[in-house]
Amino acid sequence: MATRPEQLAPPEVFYNDTEARKYTTSSRMVEIQANLTERALELLNLPEDGEPKLLLDLGCGSGLSGESLTECGHHWLGMDISEAMLDVACEREVEGDVMLSDIGQGLPLRTGVFDGAISISAIQWLCNADKTANDPRQRLKAFFQTLYRSLARGARAVLQFYPDGPKQVEMISSAAMRVGFSGGLVVDFPHSTRAKKYFLVLMAGPPSVNSTLPKAKGVDGGSESNEDDVSEDDEGATVEFADRQRHAKRRRKDGKRGKGRSWILNKKRQQREKGVEVPADTKYTGRKRKARF
Amino acid sequence: MRLLTHNMLACNIKGVTKGYPLKIEATKTEEKETDFNAGFLRHIYPKLDWKALREAAASLGLEELPEQVEPSQLEDEDFLRRFHHVLLEIHLEEGALVCPETGRRFPVSKGIPNMLLNEDEV
Repeated sequence: MATRPEQLAPPEVFYNDTEARKYTTSSRMVEIQANLTERALELLNLPEDGEPKLLLDLGCGSGLSGESLTECGHHWLGMDISEAMLDVACEREVEGDVMLSDIGQGLPLRTGVFDGAISISAIQWLCNADKTANDPRQRLKAFFQTLYRSLARGARAVLQFYPDGPKQVEMISSAAMRVGFSGGLVVDFPHSTRAKKYFLVLMAGPPSVNSTLPKAKGVDGGSESNEDDVSEDDEGATVEFADRQRHAKRRRKDGKRGKGRSWILNKKRQQREKGVEVPADTKYTGRKRKARF
Repeated sequence: MRLLTHNMLACNIKGVTKGYPLKIEATKTEEKETDFNAGFLRHIYPKLDWKALREAAASLGLEELPEQVEPSQLEDEDFLRRFHHVLLEIHLEEGALVCPETGRRFPVSKGIPNMLLNEDEV
């Protein structure tokens, strides 16, 4: 498995001049970012009154995602922790404003002003503890609290991220729910390793008619090319906690009854057929030892 | 950084309650023309802190905005053009933003405000 950049260095160090330039000149990156932003905008479900909105781009980097926002006519404010990335953004003369800010320290923004927020491949960085002062849970909390505050009532935030496991997904989404967001995870192409994308769709304010979670892409067919195939997503409907429960159940079953005599006899027969030397079956096989032993 | 962004920014140092509006210390500003869109201006107007925008414009030595905006003025093209110019076309390139409560300076260089906090401020 390829190494994750999150494991190499903190974001402000990892995205140095060379990395920032590489990121922005790679046509593959540009395309991926553009696609992800388009999808995020779709999930943002902005009212279609044709008026430009004021959006927030968290972890804007060199402004690749912002460019897609500009194309749709929106004004945006970008934040990133990497100065090199922002310098590239300035050179490319992106339309939105960018600022140097650590979203894990909370967003330095006023209350209730943004019509929506997107974040492309950024918030998994919040789970790093690069410095002793960094506690991922604290940082996630600060981030989601201030994000919730800065959004207008009923506005959405769509955060695309690359989790390194189900635990991280749960940590991030439970942090979001704790500060009052509703919503959950939408997983596009859940059956594919490469095309699989996690979007955390969050809604600020009380639940309303249009606060149902959007459907994920490519759930049934699972083919990467068939992007029009939109169907009901069971996993995406709620935030995934199922994994944890399943483990607990298995453990309970194991502890209580063990595998049983017939299972052991069957295994021994299989091994014998393979030619492995196995102790003979007796009346003691598979019996529990007495406590006094 | 445009004044639109300035209007949205607040100081988020731990314990600060009145971290808004940030004062502008400008050493260099620039003018960049952008497309005029009346719809956006009308949409954004209720979300702006008008007093903060007026003060920011005054501190940059721009032409004065009225103290209060009548709803009829939002239909007036002439006013909207002035509003548009102040809000979206003036960029603060070099200088600093100063927190009104603590006096903490957030430097602005190449148009990018540095809002990073020190560890003891989080």
